[in-house]
Amino acid sequence: MLIPFAALLSGLIFGLGLVLSGMTDPAKVLSFLDVAGPWDPSLMFVMLGAISIGFFAFRAAKRRGRTLLSTPIHLPGTCTIDLRLVLGSLLFGMGWGLAGICPGPGLVLAASGHTGGIVFVVAMLLGMFIFDLLEKYRQSDSNLNHRQPGNIERK
Amino acid sequence: MIDWQSFTPVSALAGGMIIGLATALLLLIAGRIAGISGIIGRLIELHKGDFFWRIAFISGLLLAPWLWQWLGELPQIHIETSHTILVLAGLAVGIGTRYGSGCTSGHGVCGLSRLSPRSLVATVLFMVTGMVVVYVVRHILS
Repeated sequence: MLIPFAALLSGLIFGLGLVLSGMTDPAKVLSFLDVAGPWDPSLMFVMLGAISIGFFAFRAAKRRGRTLLSTPIHLPGTCTIDLRLVLGSLLFGMGWGLAGICPGPGLVLAASGHTGGIVFVVAMLLGMFIFDLLEKYRQSDSNLNHRQPGNIERK
Repeated sequence: MIDWQSFTPVSALAGGMIIGLATALLLLIAGRIAGISGIIGRLIELHKGDFFWRIAFISGLLLAPWLWQWLGELPQIHIETSHTILVLAGLAVGIGTRYGSGCTSGHGVCGLSRLSPRSLVATVLFMVTGMVVVYVVRHILS
């Protein structure tokens, strides 16, 4: 019960931080990305502020090994820099550069009733759904091939 | 050239620290990483143990502008991008963040906070790509 409540509170605080930081305004994000135009470096300060707190939180998490409720902490286990990471990040960067919206601000924009935000989020969810379909197809495909050498194994 | 008129270092830094606080809360109480694309993208798994904290986090995020509006006025938003481009951008962000296992929050904030080399590579790649796209759209195509 405490975990979903903490998650709700965290989401709420996260969203308020996004609004305050100015990152829910796509025009502001695009001015950060427009290094050759009149450049607005604000987004760098958002990252700096978030990491200055996050750094200590992750250090505490690593030292404790468990949450304050003594439940396990789930950290990503993948460490390799693979093609999926590279191509995925390139594609994400393209979308981000086109609209100036990333997933968090997109959800906040859509929730505040912005038509543009809703259009973006619906397309984003569709994109995520397409990813799931492709993954399912790839998995059944590699099962059919009985994992012949050359097939990339997924953990 | 820095656009001093639009530059808002104080609210950006404060907003960023609040985002960091939210990340710390989710990590140290729920034991989870506040990566938005992963949380929303994996809702579809309907995994029993993970569904509730994910839906709770997203609900909080969606409630935030409403709470803000209740306390004061939401800042002005400018979206000049056409709906066609927004659809293309949304698709790219949806597919890209799932393949790349993260977005600005998961890689940019959480990943860099825990000094993950994987997240550093991802963050540099999506930032530079975003800058290249904006350069092409604003300074070459138009």
